[in-house]
Amino acid sequence: MTEDGERGTDSEELRTRRRTDERGRIRVTGFDADRVRDRDPLSAWSERDGADGGTDGTNGGADDRWRRGLRRFRRNRSAMAALAVVAAMALVSLLARPVEVAGVVVQPFALAPYDPTTILYLSVDPSVSPYDPPSPRFPMGVDGAGRDLFSRVLVGGRYSISIGFVVVGLTASFGLVYGAISGYYGGVVDEVMMRVVDVVFAFPGLVLALAVVATLGGGYWQLVAAFSLFGWAGYARLVRGEVLSIAEREYVLAAKVIGARDRTVIRRHVAPNALSPLVVLASLDVGSVVIGVAALGFLGLGMDPSTAEWGTMLDATRETLIQGPGGEIPWWATVYPGGAIFVFVLAMNVIGDGVNDALDARETGVGRGGRGGREDRGDGRERGDDR
Amino acid sequence: MTALLEVEDLTVRFYTEEGVVTAVDGLSYRIEAGETFGVVGESGAGKSVAALSVLGLIDDPGRIERGEVRFKGEDLRSMTDAELRSVRGDEIAMVFQDARAALNPVYTVGEQIAETIEHHMGYDPAAARDRAVRLLDRVGIPEAGTRYSDYPHEFSGGMCQRATVAMALSCEPDLIVADEPTTALDVTVEARVLDLLADLADEFDVAVQLITHDLGVIAGTCDRAMVMYAGEAVERAPIEELYYDPKHPYTAGLMSAIPHVGDDRDRLQTIPGTMPDLIDVPSGCRFHPRCPFAEEACTRTDPALVDPENGEAATLETERAAACLEYTEGLTGGLDYSVEVDGETNERAEDDDGGEDDDGREDEGEEGGSDE
Amino acid sequence: MSLRRFVLRRALSVVPVLLGVSVVTFGLFHLTPGDPVSRLVALNPDVSAAEEARLRERWGLSGPVWRQYLAWLSNVLVGDFGREFRTGRAVSAIVWRRLPETLVLGLFGWVFAIAIAVPAGIYAAVNKGNLGDVASRVLALSGVSIPNFWLGLLLILVFSLYLGVFPVLPPSRLPLYHPETLRYLLLPGVTIGTAAAASLMRVMRTSMAEELNEEYVTAARARGLPERTVVFKHVLRNSLVSVVTLAATLTAGIVAGSVVVESVFNWPGLGSEFVRAIDRREIDVVMAITLVTAVAVVLANFLADVLYAVFDPRIRYD
Repeated sequence: MTEDGERGTDSEELRTRRRTDERGRIRVTGFDADRVRDRDPLSAWSERDGADGGTDGTNGGADDRWRRGLRRFRRNRSAMAALAVVAAMALVSLLARPVEVAGVVVQPFALAPYDPTTILYLSVDPSVSPYDPPSPRFPMGVDGAGRDLFSRVLVGGRYSISIGFVVVGLTASFGLVYGAISGYYGGVVDEVMMRVVDVVFAFPGLVLALAVVATLGGGYWQLVAAFSLFGWAGYARLVRGEVLSIAEREYVLAAKVIGARDRTVIRRHVAPNALSPLVVLASLDVGSVVIGVAALGFLGLGMDPSTAEWGTMLDATRETLIQGPGGEIPWWATVYPGGAIFVFVLAMNVIGDGVNDALDARETGVGRGGRGGREDRGDGRERGDDR
Repeated sequence: MTALLEVEDLTVRFYTEEGVVTAVDGLSYRIEAGETFGVVGESGAGKSVAALSVLGLIDDPGRIERGEVRFKGEDLRSMTDAELRSVRGDEIAMVFQDARAALNPVYTVGEQIAETIEHHMGYDPAAARDRAVRLLDRVGIPEAGTRYSDYPHEFSGGMCQRATVAMALSCEPDLIVADEPTTALDVTVEARVLDLLADLADEFDVAVQLITHDLGVIAGTCDRAMVMYAGEAVERAPIEELYYDPKHPYTAGLMSAIPHVGDDRDRLQTIPGTMPDLIDVPSGCRFHPRCPFAEEACTRTDPALVDPENGEAATLETERAAACLEYTEGLTGGLDYSVEVDGETNERAEDDDGGEDDDGREDEGEEGGSDE
Repeated sequence: MSLRRFVLRRALSVVPVLLGVSVVTFGLFHLTPGDPVSRLVALNPDVSAAEEARLRERWGLSGPVWRQYLAWLSNVLVGDFGREFRTGRAVSAIVWRRLPETLVLGLFGWVFAIAIAVPAGIYAAVNKGNLGDVASRVLALSGVSIPNFWLGLLLILVFSLYLGVFPVLPPSRLPLYHPETLRYLLLPGVTIGTAAAASLMRVMRTSMAEELNEEYVTAARARGLPERTVVFKHVLRNSLVSVVTLAATLTAGIVAGSVVVESVFNWPGLGSEFVRAIDRREIDVVMAITLVTAVAVVLANFLADVLYAVFDPRIRYD
């Protein structure tokens, strides 16, 4: 009985005492740790530094994480293939026809055999007629206005792809700043800024883009505006969440406690960690902007109807399908431009997944405490919890 | 006679990106019916993996490579999934380190206990609920009837652990594997949960495999214990002998690291260094880089688990076993640590053996009685 | 906190968002350079001088912007969205007639998405790494990447034109509850549901796989529960929590998708009306549909949060 009371209150003594009380206190002497520290290592084996116990989450790990991420990404064969596809498509659309800026040719190459606006039966070959099927001369066939589809598909990526990257660049940068401010300052600032994000989130992106186009009209920069004006909200929310969670981690608190300035804390600790989910989102976002641009083109609200843009091209051939079977169906006019969008977006998404896998904080063991380690090494479940 | 649980030459490997991790390497031990068996070791020694292997719960990158796990004489590893499931929870139950994580957050605590009862004992829902409430009451949950419908997040850490203890007991198993059941708890709560466990083990006559990194926890509750280091057993002994006469330098190191009230030493003697990553273990004796008594021979020969008396290879029946070259080849410098008991120095002489076991049992009895 | 109080509190927080939505909708069409009416008139030769004057009065264009906004908002609150220039029909009547068509299409898309994604996601997570998992992942990735308008066109190409299984156009006035409608609904419904199905499946698989690594799963297995119970009772409900959080985003996607898909299939819903209205500069109609869309998404968000709280008791106690 007395023992019980004692245990309830005096826990300091751990539980050895109950048993040891009967025979006195045990003490082991002669286990001299200094002997190990002072002697030369007996064997070549040494502890691998950094491999033990979650040092990965600290700032030193951030650079490391990017390097490791890059290595992982390079090893990911499908992601590397997708990267090649995206690079090739971007390059081809750039090199398809010469580019002139203010009358000066800045890009002289012409991979596409014809100008995308050339009407073949007028200037090239009178025997060509609209909707001619694919042939060795016109590998993707001829469109409804008698233009070479292959040339148009090659050029068609210019608008969608460049708008995609421009929009993502703009929205990600703005979202990063917006989210970082909101998350770091918190309080009323955060509350108000996040309500604004909530409101933007209430509108589906495409509906907002359509609304912007409805007031501004179509065209290249109008499309950039249509997708940039509200596209930042996702980044803002993401970055804010990351900043909040990072700001609470011990090493950031420690940096604050030792008196590091706000700017230093954000730059050295918060930003590098918030950046990797941002990159993941951005790489996935390029694809959705490209689809969005093409969708506006398809709805006849993007570029000028005769423009060689993937979505706009699909719009032009739509009538042939809606009107139903009547003679031969010009499937090529539908399959190729849409296929180009699909392949590009698919490749972008594969890259996005690859970046995600490469940088995923969970898989690299960052910020998941004792848990995620279990897959990485046998007994990770035990470590970390009782440091 | 066969023991309740016999684990022999258990080897578990994890095939990870970074390499093959041998988390448990040739582990052998036995647990008698009704006894409490301690497994001690630092984090990452392979204790949890060993515990999960007993129930065949090792998941994908991991594989049980070798060894037998005999429960009541039957090899669990050769059982079908269905047979194994009928053992799990019903005859061998498990208590986890983080009780809250071990409870499903979206079902009430009571539901989860009743679920097990319905599944194994074929109770109808009302009867299962009654039994679950009684168990919750027994483990000291106040107002068990209303608390039955609480979600895990409405329980405190200690209460969660009590609830999982109730869950483990719900089908009256013969063995409870408790994996660091109190590590996540406050020290005061820890003591109460340990008492509860010891109490109930007595009352339900259930054997307990108590896994911990804390020698102090073992001392108060166990009959026999095994010390693990880097996936291997380095010492096995009745609890008294482990304390008063540690045979392995690692055990001695662990004990010298225990703080005592009124300790007059300047600082605690901790074991230098950290435990090796199991991907890349040292050659020879795995403890040699951290062992003050290590010699050249230790880097070459991996010591086997032997009876320290005669140097013969230990079997499951060997009560006292240690894995140090001192007991086979002999070390030139010997193991010159000593155990002091209350001032009197107990040189590592072999005259202190025997009789301890009785001591232990007596104590266990007292404990059971003193808690109500 | 009880579930009811949670729902109430969450419902209250919808109000400021709705207010913000009205401000953005109004702002989009009124803060752009130039007076909307003169811009309209310039773009739309059909507008007569009398109509122009009526419009200016209706929008209170003489007053400051906030007064214009309040005038518009008070009209909207009583269900008056204005009239079409061309026909003079009430915009609200147009919206009410078109809304059910879109709802049916959207619901069909949702049901399709769930029916495909949940079983596929569970299958992929449980059999992680095997051939079926890889195949379903490739399909899901393709589903996320395929532009819905192109998918719609391909489906028409294959099923209507080549195989002749489905009609191309719905007959103009077939009532929605008519069983025949299902045939017309199938292609657009599948088109609209594909993207949602694909992203739902990806999330389902990831969250399931993550949940399967949780300790309570090991604990449930250690209690000897059959794998079926572990997966379908314990893991599924937890992973549904993360699926539910995605529901609002997916609803927004389906709403946006309806704009495109309705145009592809000439489905007489709000989406095709929206495009037509933008084309014809019927600003009142465009504003009304923009607003309705946003309100729908906000409501979906609210519903998702309620469901979230039902599935996950922890959320009610923050």
